[in-house]
Amino acid sequence: MKAEPDLTGRRQDAVEAAAGGHHPQPRRRPWRQALTGVGVQNISLLIALAALSAGIGSRNPDFFRVANLRGIGTAVVISGILAVAQTVVIILGALDISVGSVAGLASVTSAMVFTSMHSAAWGIAVALAVGLLTGLVNGVVIVFGRVNPVIATLATLAAYKGLAQLVSNGRAQGFTNADSVFIFLARGSVAGVATLIWVFALLALLVHVMLRFTDVGRKIYAIGGNETAARLAGVNINKYVLGVYALTGVFAAVAGILITARTGSGQPVSGSEGLELESITAAVLGGCALRGGKGTVAGTVLAVLLLGVLTNGMTLLDVNPFWQNVAKGSLLVVAVIIQQLRSGERRIGVPS
Amino acid sequence: MTADPVTVRVERLAKQFGPVAALDEVTLDIRAGEVLALVGENGAGKSTLLKLLSGDHRPDSGRLLVDGCPVDFRSPADGRRAGVRVVAQEPEIIPDVSVAENVHVGALPLRGPFVDRRALFADVDAQIARLGFRGIIDSRTPGRLLSAPQRALVEIMRACTGTVRMVAFDEPTSSLSAREVAALFALIARLRAEGVAVVYVSHRMHEIFEVADRVAVLRDGQLVGVRDVRSAAQADVVQMMVGRDLSALFERTPRRPAEVALRLRGVSSGDVADVDLDVHSGEVVVLAGLVGAGRTVLARAVVGDLPIRSGTVAVSGREVRLRSPVDALRAGIALAPEERKADALLLRRSVRDNVSLAVLGRLRRMRFMRARAEQVLVTRYVRQLNVRTPSVDQEVRKLSGGNQQKLVLARWLARRPTVLILDEPTRGVDVSAKAEIYAIIDELAAQGVAILVISSELPEVLGLADRIVVMRSGRVVGELARADATEASVLALAMPGAEVGTAL
Repeated sequence: MKAEPDLTGRRQDAVEAAAGGHHPQPRRRPWRQALTGVGVQNISLLIALAALSAGIGSRNPDFFRVANLRGIGTAVVISGILAVAQTVVIILGALDISVGSVAGLASVTSAMVFTSMHSAAWGIAVALAVGLLTGLVNGVVIVFGRVNPVIATLATLAAYKGLAQLVSNGRAQGFTNADSVFIFLARGSVAGVATLIWVFALLALLVHVMLRFTDVGRKIYAIGGNETAARLAGVNINKYVLGVYALTGVFAAVAGILITARTGSGQPVSGSEGLELESITAAVLGGCALRGGKGTVAGTVLAVLLLGVLTNGMTLLDVNPFWQNVAKGSLLVVAVIIQQLRSGERRIGVPS
Repeated sequence: MTADPVTVRVERLAKQFGPVAALDEVTLDIRAGEVLALVGENGAGKSTLLKLLSGDHRPDSGRLLVDGCPVDFRSPADGRRAGVRVVAQEPEIIPDVSVAENVHVGALPLRGPFVDRRALFADVDAQIARLGFRGIIDSRTPGRLLSAPQRALVEIMRACTGTVRMVAFDEPTSSLSAREVAALFALIARLRAEGVAVVYVSHRMHEIFEVADRVAVLRDGQLVGVRDVRSAAQADVVQMMVGRDLSALFERTPRRPAEVALRLRGVSSGDVADVDLDVHSGEVVVLAGLVGAGRTVLARAVVGDLPIRSGTVAVSGREVRLRSPVDALRAGIALAPEERKADALLLRRSVRDNVSLAVLGRLRRMRFMRARAEQVLVTRYVRQLNVRTPSVDQEVRKLSGGNQQKLVLARWLARRPTVLILDEPTRGVDVSAKAEIYAIIDELAAQGVAILVISSELPEVLGLADRIVVMRSGRVVGELARADATEASVLALAMPGAEVGTAL
């Protein structure tokens, strides 16, 4: 991201020079160029993040302590991974509300396989496979069953949660806190940065590169932006819908494995409930348009941090945890309202 | 004439869509008991004016006065209440309720809390009889079974219920056959006699001179002038509409059509049946016909977007199987669809992303986009087509209609297809961009691309085509060489004639 403005700048000049005299050449100032490089949405998020941090910090100086900031960092990882996956789904013009249930199912799977095979690698591998499979099932139901994505994943939200409860009998499973791999995932660090954060950063970077620099990303934006246009331009839409849901399943499984590592056992429900709401809120707050075709990983990551700071701040300031749920729900609505206002949507009927 | 009271006064009305002034300070009197024709090319501002009249859009500035009192319509319901009605060109019909319920939608007659079905049908039957639509439409037919002309009649009946001060018809005859047109003209005459103000939008000059009292000409969002029909000459009005001699728009390089690039034999899909069609390399064939004649369906079928029921498609002599647009593109057939915003453009993405969309496969290395190569390619086409954009990073929705359409063309130029199908390539595009698009089509043909253009504008049909193929009701009904074609001969083929009658 950091090298970006310079690169864009050079490209732009080349075009304008090549475009010749009859093209208007707006004067570009460096700060303006930097602004367009980062994006108005992201600037607003950065300002909000700074303001919120300053506000919380001034009321409780503990906020700025390194331990607390590290705590925020690790706390946002699980919902952050899901938010990044959700970003891709939303850019495609769809929604996946089953991510929390998939994470729960993957969590119990990883712990139970670990317990019976005595191998963290097997536990993780099987959990990832389960994630892939559940994601593919979502995609197949949507593409070949012609089911609206919200309805399809609402159904699997319930079904996968049920499956997780069935295999685990509704109880936390296994004990992973003695295994070095799980300990490394939960509490280890590399180069002074927590493993959890590395995992999140790596996955976010991966998706960022895919969306921004590959033809796969271009096609995902195209499908979300205008499905007919993409189809007529020869994009195999079904393939991409299946692929994106499979990817989301795998990401949800990673989140589930991290839940197991952090809590020390497989959690069918308790570690993953509400994650669908958090991931969608973060993606929308980060600038993803719910109608598709618009959004960035950078925006989503900033929004994830903002939400993390907000949650942490509410805890530090002793806000009743029940109010925190109300705040999270309100935030999603506010984020969408801001977006709709910016896009100039007319206030008639049920919004699409 | 001037003694007629003004029913609706349009005062310095203006409306901007993005960078385009769709309507620019138009002032116009619409008088009671008078038929005012509204003419202008596509994109001149007629539809915008109607939408402001109906309350569908609100003006940026200026105002509307009904009977001398300023009104502010915030929704079509407000306009309706004030007696201002607009008959839409493509009416919304509810498929699963009857004609009668469709006519009274939103204001069904009630008895207690229940719909008074007897009163409803009695009223609509009486209306059908009064309007002279008996035998053409039945009040009990469900909406989904209605033909295009019947849907138009439902929309007309909707507009004529309740207290009516002004009715605007938006190209009402575009889907009507002779018999319904006669009924419509009789209705307009009766409305006029009753003191209703009538606005009549049409492209058909002879109709205007038949029904209208005055004609108002719009061009590029501005009112060019108002003429009394009795004293105006048709050529004069056309001159006002285009502002220049249309034939100058079409330049043609001499070209020699080579081998057959696209060959259709007995192609059937949807309502289209049994179409035979050849397009040669280096030839421009225009598919003419009325809206709904099946031309768009045919185009979608030929690019694999609609299933082909029977028949064969061959490209350069080789038969191709079309299961999806991927197959068609591989065979070398590309389609620039009719609705560029809805079906062709990624409005929130950059010029670059839009132009390179169909050639991503050529611009990647190991799935990574080759930024430099893409930049070079996009810049070349942006320059070649003279797309006015500050940079290739510009969001496409901020460009004008003409520049957007050029980007759609650029996308397919980059793809270098054997056969290029252009569905209404100049709809909603201003005159100068039109001329540029015609020049691009000409140049593509000179380069040996086989081009099939779908167009509903007769001057365009005649100006572009090497050959004109006319479709009507899903079938090819005739073919005209460039030399033999006139507006009248194309129309005669396109309109359902007496021998077809009103069998719908």
